[in-house]
Amino acid sequence: MLGLILGVAGAASLVYFVQAVDLHREASLISVRPNGGNSETFYINLPADRIFAGKRSGDKSSAFPPGLQWPKDESLNGAASEIFKLRNSNNVVIGIAARVSNSQESSGAFIQWMLHLPARGSMFLRMQLKPSKDGLRNGLLMAGTGEFEVLNGGVSEYFNTEVADAEYDVTGRLELITSLVGPLGDEK
Amino acid sequence: MKYVISLVVGLIFGAAFFAAGFYYNPFVGQAKLSPLAVSDAKMTALSYSAVVADSILFTNDGESMSRPYPNKVSELWEPAIKDSQVLVTSLTDARGQPAGIGIKMSSPSEKSRLYKSEFLVNSVWHLYMPGRGTLAIDQTESYWAYLRDIVIPAWWSSSDAWRGSWSRNMSVGPGALGTARVTGLGGEFDGLQSEAVESLNARAYSTLQGPVSMSGMLSIAISDESALLEERLSEE
Repeated sequence: MLGLILGVAGAASLVYFVQAVDLHREASLISVRPNGGNSETFYINLPADRIFAGKRSGDKSSAFPPGLQWPKDESLNGAASEIFKLRNSNNVVIGIAARVSNSQESSGAFIQWMLHLPARGSMFLRMQLKPSKDGLRNGLLMAGTGEFEVLNGGVSEYFNTEVADAEYDVTGRLELITSLVGPLGDEK
Repeated sequence: MKYVISLVVGLIFGAAFFAAGFYYNPFVGQAKLSPLAVSDAKMTALSYSAVVADSILFTNDGESMSRPYPNKVSELWEPAIKDSQVLVTSLTDARGQPAGIGIKMSSPSEKSRLYKSEFLVNSVWHLYMPGRGTLAIDQTESYWAYLRDIVIPAWWSSSDAWRGSWSRNMSVGPGALGTARVTGLGGEFDGLQSEAVESLNARAYSTLQGPVSMSGMLSIAISDESALLEERLSEE
């Protein structure tokens, strides 16, 4: 009888105290800005970090990786979707990012990002269609989850071609520079 | 000596007794009926196939039951993303007509608590519906019932498969009623703040290839509360 009770108690303790999910974490490389907000830059090495690309232009569809069937639906004309691995400033993969755009969309042309960092949260970003003269495309954080849920702010997308490195199969690097700020304290 | 043997046998039976009670716990369930079923809001239903081979793309760490598709897709082997999954799928409307493209990213949640019979997954969707606009959905899903009713019975089965009829709401938050959060990103959905529920309908599952006959549905309430408020104010 004692064994039975100890068996039940042991199994119950195991279930109670063992953490079911323990995600790998990389240190968040964030710099604090003078306004109290923070800035973090995410990197995508191209083409090495590209997981998926699908595009339809006119009668032609193109897709990556080989064997992928991108829909031939005419309503997707001009649409482009890409998925990448997302890196931090130490060049370590910390998440996944999707970029979806359509310059011919009848309900309004758009460029949007969805970033998913498993141990931290997710961000949905809406970008301006035209980049600035210095090559930056600015955008806004539309919604966030996890640690990004309460943040507001902007993001800039920049395609850096000065980091090309044939040895590591890198011809360019997409940079996403976030400038986010938390909510103000309770008003008294 | 006989006391030691009795103790060991008791321990084994005790643990087995707890495991059986834990597995067959009748007080743990998952809703079949969507909390949005009684909503006055206009609904949009988007369906997709949860069978990997029917998707446009599926990838994970490459070591799970559901293998990445197509074969040459990059696997998510890096430590920070090895538990994550990415699905790119075509969406169909209630009439079965193409409605758009959905991208889903999901990862297990550290808020999962086994003693509460919880296996939670954080997931986000980007939905693009040509001619209408784009939506973002974020949610917490519960896979406990899925594991208990489908995956484990498939493992126990001598045929390494499960067949039946199973339908559940997967969304359990962050909304108070167990709904997902919807944010309009563009087009006719611009500025929308609403709710959604994702459900799974399963008929066959194999331990060798994952879902064999399974579909998912996103039921999205397309109602802009601020627009409704403005409408009411203008009427007054």
